[in-house]
Amino acid sequence: MIREILYLLKKEIMLEWKQKYAFNGLVLYVLSMVMVISLAFVDNMAPETWNIIYWIILLFVAINAIARSFLSESQGQMMYLYNLAHPVAVILAKIVYNSFLLFLIAGITLVFFQFLGGVHILTPLRLLGITFAGSAALSANLTLVSAIASRAENKTTLLAVLGFPLIVPLLLLLIRISRPAIEGAGGMVGNVSGDSLGMVGGITLALIIFSVILFPFVWKE
Amino acid sequence: MNRKTILRISYKVLAVALILYAVVFGLVSRLPDLPPLQQSSRNVFFHVPMWFAMLTMMGISLYYSIRLLRLLDPDLEHSENPLYADANARESAGVGVIFNALGLVTGIIWSRVSWAEDRPASEFSTWWAWDPIQVGALVALLIYLAYFLLRNSFTEPESRAKVAAVYNIFAFATLIPLFFIIPRMFEGLHPTAGKGSFIFDKSQISNEFRMILYPGMLGFILLGVWIYELRSRLERVRLRLEEKLAEKDYRETA
Repeated sequence: MIREILYLLKKEIMLEWKQKYAFNGLVLYVLSMVMVISLAFVDNMAPETWNIIYWIILLFVAINAIARSFLSESQGQMMYLYNLAHPVAVILAKIVYNSFLLFLIAGITLVFFQFLGGVHILTPLRLLGITFAGSAALSANLTLVSAIASRAENKTTLLAVLGFPLIVPLLLLLIRISRPAIEGAGGMVGNVSGDSLGMVGGITLALIIFSVILFPFVWKE
Repeated sequence: MNRKTILRISYKVLAVALILYAVVFGLVSRLPDLPPLQQSSRNVFFHVPMWFAMLTMMGISLYYSIRLLRLLDPDLEHSENPLYADANARESAGVGVIFNALGLVTGIIWSRVSWAEDRPASEFSTWWAWDPIQVGALVALLIYLAYFLLRNSFTEPESRAKVAAVYNIFAFATLIPLFFIIPRMFEGLHPTAGKGSFIFDKSQISNEFRMILYPGMLGFILLGVWIYELRSRLERVRLRLEEKLAEKDYRETA
C-alpha cells in the first residue's frame, strides 16, 4: 500500500513537472491577488485584516489548485488508474500531494504578502507550521469534494458551492490560531492555542478517515 | 387493527398533543422573570426544539445515506431497491432544511427582541447578531442547499444516489464542529458561548422550563417524523409508478 501511494505521488509530481504552466499559473494567480489587495489597502492594512485576507487567499488558491486533481483527468485516465491502483491509495496520494502543493504556494503567498502588506510576523516558524496544518486540512477537505464534483455535470461551480460551506469551520479555527503569530493582530485568552492546533490536526485526521472510507464509492462507476 | 397501525396513529396524536401543550403552557404558565431575557425567554420552547428536530432529521438522512452505500455493495444479498433509501435520505434532509430555516427565523426574532430592541430596525445588526451558532446554522443551511444542488446536477438516478449519499455523510461530519466545537471558542448570545460546556447546558434552565421544553421538543421531533414519513411515502409511490410504467413500456415493445 505504502509503495503504491509513493508510486502515485511520483506520478503526480512528474505530471506536474511536465505541465509546469499549471503551477506557474497558480503562482501568478497568487501574485496578482496579493498585488491587487495590497494596492487597494495601500499602507493602512490592520494586522488583523492581513491575517484574515491571508487565509482567504489560501482558500481561493486551494479551490483552484485542488479543482485540478480530479477535474483535469480525463475519463480514460481515470479508467486506467481504476484498473491499476487501489482507491485508498489514490485518494491518500492525492491528499498528500495537494497538501504539499498548497503548502508550497502558501509559502510563496506568505513571503510576498508579508513584503507588500507590511506586517511584522513575530514567530515565522509558528505561522509556517499553522500554514502547513491549514494546507493539510484544506486539501483533506477539498480533495474528496473535488472527486464528488467531478462526477456531476456543472463541475466548476459545483466545487466552490460544495466546498465553501464545508470549509468555514476550519477557516475560522485557522484564522483564530494564527493571530498570535502576527504583531498587533490580537492574541487569545489563556493557552487555547496549542489546544486549537491539536483541534485542526484532529479535524484533518477525521477528514482523511472519511475520505478514505467514502472515496471508493465515488470512484466506482 | 394491528400493532403497527396503532403505533402509526398514536405517535401522530402524541405529536399534536405535545405541541399543543407546549404552545399553550409555554405562553400562559408562570415563569421566572429574570434579566436579560425576561418574558422573551418563552421563545426557548419554540427556538430550541427546531434545532433538535433538525438534528433528528439530518440523523435520519445520514442513516439512509449509509444504508444506501451498504445496499450498493455487490456482495450483499438483498431485494431492496436502493433508490428507496435515497428517497428517504432526500426527504428527511428536506424536512431538516425547513426546521433549520425556522430555527434561524425564531433565533433572529429572539435576538431582536432581547438584545437589540433599542436599535433602529433599519440597521443590519438588529437582525443579525453574528453569534457563532447563528453563523453555524446559516452555514449548515448552505451545506444542505448545496446537497440539493448536487442532486440536481445528475441525470442518472443511480449515480446521483451514490454521490449524494457520500456528500451527505461528509456534510453531517462538518455539522459537529459547526454546532459543538466552534461556538465554544467565540463570544456570543447563546448560553454556552465562550465556555467549555456543551451546546445545551441542563443546569442553566429551571424545572418550570424543563416541564414544558422537553415535551415540546419531543412533539416537534415527532411532527418532523410525521412530515418526513408522508413525503417519503409519496416518493415511494412515485418510484413504484415509474417502475410499473417502464415495465408496461417494455412489454408493449417486446
